[in-house]
Parts: sequence; structure tokens; C-alpha cells
Amino acid sequence: MRNLDRREFLRLCGATGAALSLADMLKPEIAAAFAGPKEGKPPVVWLQGGACSGCSVSLLNSVSPDIAEVLTGVISLKFHQTLMSAAGDQAMNVLQETRNKYRGEYVLIVEGTVPAGASGKYATLGENGEKPVTFAKWVKDMSADAKAILAVGSCASFGGVPAASPNPTGSLPASKAVNGKPVINIPGCPSHPDWVLGTVVHLLNYGMPRLDAHGRPVIFFGKCIHDLCERRPDFDLGVFATRLSGNGCLYKMGCKGPMTFADCPQRMFNNKTNWCVGANSPCISCVQPEFPDHSEPFFVKMAEYGPEGTQVPQNRPVRLIGGSN
Amino acid sequence: MRRIVIDPVTRLEGHLKVMVEVDEGKVAKAEVVGTMFRGFEKILSGRDPRDAVFLTQRICGVCPADHATASALALDDACKAEVPENGRLLRNLMLGGNYLQSHITHFYHLSLPDYVQLPEIAPFSPHYTGDFRFNKETNEKMAGHYFQALNIRRKCHELVAQFGGKMPHLASIVAGGTSQNATPFRIKSARVLLGEVSEFINTVYEEDVRTIAAGYHDYFNAGKGMNLLTYGAFPMDAGGRANLFARGVYADGKISALDPARISEDVSHSWYNASSGGPPTEISTQADADKQGAYSWVKAPRYDGAVFEVGPLARMWMNGVYRGGISAMDRIVARMMEAKMMAGAMTGWLDELKEDGECEVAVEVPYEAEGAGMTEAARGALGHWVKIRGGRIERYEAVVPTTWNASPLDASGQHGPIETALLGLEVPDADNPLPVVRVIHSFDPCLACAVHLIAPNRPMSRFRI
Repeated sequence: MRNLDRREFLRLCGATGAALSLADMLKPEIAAAFAGPKEGKPPVVWLQGGACSGCSVSLLNSVSPDIAEVLTGVISLKFHQTLMSAAGDQAMNVLQETRNKYRGEYVLIVEGTVPAGASGKYATLGENGEKPVTFAKWVKDMSADAKAILAVGSCASFGGVPAASPNPTGSLPASKAVNGKPVINIPGCPSHPDWVLGTVVHLLNYGMPRLDAHGRPVIFFGKCIHDLCERRPDFDLGVFATRLSGNGCLYKMGCKGPMTFADCPQRMFNNKTNWCVGANSPCISCVQPEFPDHSEPFFVKMAEYGPEGTQVPQNRPVRLIGGSN
Repeated sequence: MRRIVIDPVTRLEGHLKVMVEVDEGKVAKAEVVGTMFRGFEKILSGRDPRDAVFLTQRICGVCPADHATASALALDDACKAEVPENGRLLRNLMLGGNYLQSHITHFYHLSLPDYVQLPEIAPFSPHYTGDFRFNKETNEKMAGHYFQALNIRRKCHELVAQFGGKMPHLASIVAGGTSQNATPFRIKSARVLLGEVSEFINTVYEEDVRTIAAGYHDYFNAGKGMNLLTYGAFPMDAGGRANLFARGVYADGKISALDPARISEDVSHSWYNASSGGPPTEISTQADADKQGAYSWVKAPRYDGAVFEVGPLARMWMNGVYRGGISAMDRIVARMMEAKMMAGAMTGWLDELKEDGECEVAVEVPYEAEGAGMTEAARGALGHWVKIRGGRIERYEAVVPTTWNASPLDASGQHGPIETALLGLEVPDADNPLPVVRVIHSFDPCLACAVHLIAPNRPMSRFRI
């Protein structure tokens, strides 16, 4: 088994242009990280609130280690509504048991917002003496004894679409529902499986990863999409697409790459198959706290409406300030 | 009499709870409850209509291509956009690819653990015990396919991402067509992936469904249904005159034409106020979390006042591909047959694509317009309705498959399809209510879709469907 130091690990996480996927290179490290506490594999609890399950589905698209390996050999996924065999009380007991038995050892993952409107009645999970228990209470209780808390996806990280104006359910991001405990945000709509697994590995092997001002791991969210984009030369040369399916930079078609910090252009999605701009579609800035209210309209050039500081001079290379790296 | 509450019902998308009362071994009372609510329509109001294609996908991470399709159709209609041939074919391929992903995920990852015992580790342990019927050899073989299918469903998404950019939540279905064009590389890559997925469907998936159907033959008599409904989907020609899946209504043993004007939503037992009921084209939905007598966030759509089931079985029935019966096992069999049919149709669409041909037309958002997009999601009939005013969305309404299937009681005391399927079901072991979860899973419920509703509380103008 290879032993990487933290610096080397970070280099690999960033080496998205390589032929191998992140997870390929990290296999031994993932195994080492997950060899963790008693009974073998580190326990993970995955809660879904005001969510669409897209981030869970995205995790299932993990390539290498493929998700079968993750489930059987790497983590002990104690609770996940979409995957677990148990149902009802049997499932809810697992949640309580994990909290009692692995106090301070389990990783809590939150997918979706925590709806606070209508006293939390917009999302409930399980019963307590025939009375439904709110999702907000579960997040608060389970976070109290977690080793670490990960907000997976833009809804859990920043509120995302459910919290978009007028936020009908009073949806909160996970960080506002865990009594001030630290939360690592892994946004994206959905989040990339590498971002999720890579962060978990870092957490278990090397402790807390370096985070930016929005609580995102800098290894994955440290660079601007506009700087990494394969169409950046088009922007610099002033070659702009005038229709989606044409050639050229999509900036004038509404691309929000210049205000967005993630490694999508290099990492790509679905086994490096493609990504949004690769499919001629403008970046909608789904990893930013501004999504969607301030990255809309998706098909309108950002400088025409963008908040102060996002004005981009046309036809000229620019260096934008953002993130915290 | 024993009351059994299963909350959450796991292995489905979203938040579902079921309460059944078992009397002398049979279900005497059933309540199916949607326990999560977000309010998508309210969020959509006031935004750029073109953004709806991306935003409505976020209703559901399992059926994003399906919502994108319905939304794009509604906008095409409102903007009078004529989608070019390649745009039509690429949309069909993306939606079709997600059907394959959805059906395979449903059978192996959501449903199979009800019939087959998986390794005794989390997340497969603990589980209900008792009625698992396969011998060790068959059980192990099927359990192995659970893991093999994880790879195959991933490849289905890779196929969609060839043309969609990424999955879930694809980027290239837009009003007026698609943004990704059919490059030779993309077509070739899609062919390779489709070949691999097709082989799995035709060999492994089909055989496994046969094995389950033989081993649990009694489920052809459990979870019965009555009426079926489809909107039709997958246009086979430019004008959309012919569809791969037919539109229709099956009731009292007869098939008849669908009249969308007869669809209405009932909210007598849902957490919404009284003005929230009526035809989907003229209701004004407002949540009421404390409403007396209500028990679900799911509304109760009815056709001509009667209860209808939607989904793959309804589609295969309407097309005459499968008419074995309407039961838990029939749903599983029909879903597999549809996957086979879809893989075949997709091969044809790939052949029809013109390399680098036009895939989109420029769309101008009208100042004032209305549009309807009716299609079929993997889980059944899906409709989006949009009203544009001042170049912005004034009103958006979506009626989704699981709202039909998981609907609660209506004002005339009729149960929704899942509740109906549960009534009378034999549950010999109340501590291990396997028959209950098997019947629910046969519908492949998707609750994030079913409970997304809430429109602004203000007068609504009429919609033309």
C-alpha cells in the first residue's frame, strides 16, 4: 500500500487532467482511510431532507472505486433511505443505535435543505409515539455526536433551489441547523462523486481539508471555471458563440463560468464523459451560494445584470477575484 | 386489529410513510403519506421561462431528463418552436437512456432486496426476515447481479451524458431543441454504451425477472389495480403525430381516447386549502400544514372522477405489448419489457441521427403565451403547464406520476392506486410486513416528484390543454 503525505494527496486530487480518475489513484489511500475505527469500516449516516436525491444518484455514478466497492469494502453506510434494506422503525432504530454506539466516530452527511417553516412539518422522518419527528430535529440530534458533518449538494450547502426566492418552506442550509458545529460544504447540483469521496478520505486520513470562505474544500473548489475552461482561448480571442450549438465561448449566451469556482472543466462528469459547457450549455453556477437566484437568468450574459464585482470587460482576458485561495 | 406504521418506507425516491391496519391477517385500512414538501411552482413564478427546463429538473434527481422533456415541450408550445429532427431524436435518446437507468435501478436496487437476501452488512442489514424463498445458489447469483447492475445503471447515465453534458440534471435539453449536437464521436460512444446495456437487459435483467416471477408467483394476485392512463411519449416523426408510447385511458376493460380536460385534482385529504382542488389548469394551491382530516402532502388527481394508475404497465397495456394483468408482479414484468422495447427504439434513433445536423432553433420568449408539455416519465404520465406574461413565468404547474399513484383518499371516499393495492393484502407476519413493501415498491414511487406543488395564492387564469 502506498503511503501518501498530505501534500502528495492534494497534488493527486488536483491532477484531474491525468488519464486515471481521482479514485483510481487514491484507491490505497481510500482503503487506508476507511480501515478506521472498531469493527472495521467507518460508519456513515446519510440523511435526506428538502432534496431531490440527485446527489445520492450522482454518488452511485462513482467510477473507481465503483460504488459497489465503496458500499461493501470501504464505508459502513448505516443509514441511507434510498439504499438501505431496513424500513420503518427498524431503519430508525439503526439511526439511534449508530448515534449511541459510535459517538464521535460517525460521519454525518446531509443532502437537501432543512425546512424550518411550518414548525418543520414540511419534512418529517419516522414517528415518536405516533407523532411525526421533523427532519430538523434529526439533523440537530445526529450532528451533536458526529465526528464530522458534510453538506453534500448545493441545497444542503447553501439552500439551493428549495431556498430560492421566495423560499416557500423556510429552507435552511445544514450549517444553520447544527447548533454552530463546523460543516464542510460540498456543493454542486448535483455534487461530483469525486468531490464527496475525496473530501471524506481527506477528513479521515489527514483531518479537516482547507476550506474557502464558503466552507468548500479548496482542492476541488479553488479554481475558477472560466480559468480552466477549454473555451477560454475563445474568450481571450473574442470568439463568442451566437447560438448554443455553435462554436466559441458561451459567455454571451449566459455562461456563469467567470463567477463559479469548481474543477468541472477538467474533472467532467459521468466517467469523464462530458460536462455542461462540453455539451454547449452555459455554466449555471450551481456550486455557488448565489445559485440559482443570482446566477439567473441562465441564458442572459452575466455582466448585463450581475452583482457588483462580476462585471467582465468584453473581449479581454480578465482575472476575477473570488473564493479565498 | 394491529396498526403497522412504516416510516420511512425506504428504497424509493423521497419521503413516504405508510400506515396499515391488519385484521385477521389482511389489510383492512391503508394510508399512504407523502411527508416532504418544497414548493417548486411558487419558486418558478417570475423567472425567465427558459430557466424552467433547468429548474424543474431539480424536482427530482431520479427523473431529471423526464422533467426537462416535459418543460421543454411546454416551452416549445408556448414559443411556437419547431424542434429540428436531430433535436427530437436527441431528446428521445436522453429520456430513453434515463428510462433504462431508472428501470434497472428500480428492479435491482430498490426492489430486489424485498425478494433476495444481500450480504449481512450495512446498508443491507438489518432487514425484514421470513419470506425469502430462493435457495442459496439462486440467492447468491441474484445478489451478485445487484452489484453488476450498479455498473450498468451508471453506464446508462454515461449514455445520457454523451448528449446531456452530465447526469443527474442534464444541461442540453433546452427550449427549441438540444444544445449538444450529434457529433460522430458522441454517436459512436452512445452506440457502444447502449450495446452493453442492451445485452444486460436481454440476458441478465430478463432472466432475473423470470426467476422472481416464478419464485413469487402469488404476487400476480397481490397489489391489484383497475384503471390505467397514459399521456403518450417519444415522438417518432417531426410533427409528433406518431408516438412510441400510445396515449389513452383503460377503464372497465375498455381502451378509450384521453381527454385532458377531464383531469382534476382533489385535496380533501391533503394538506392544502380548499381552493387547491380542481382541474390542474385553474387551481390555486396553498399549503395548510394543520388542516383537519388531511394526512398527506400528495394531492389526489382523478380522471373523470375515477382513480387511475400510471406507469410502465399502463404504457405496455396501451401499446398492447403486455396485458397479463394488473398486479404487483405484472408491474415488475411490464417494466422489464418496456426496458427491452426502449433499448430497441434507441438503437433506431441513433441510426436516424444526422451527423452534426441541426439540433436547435432560436427561441424568442413571447410577451404573453401559454404552453402544455405532456409526456411520459419513467414512472408514468407527466404534464407541465406554463403561462408566460411580460416575458416571465406567471404560473407553472406540474402533475407528476407518483401524485396519481400515491394519492390519498378523495372527497368521494376513493383510495388512490397504492392504497387500493394494499387493501385486502395478506400480511401473515405483522413484524415483517414484506408484502406491504413489495406492493408499494412495485409502483416505483418517486415522492420528490409527487410533492413539489404550491402555486402563488392569487387568482389564476384558465389554461388551455
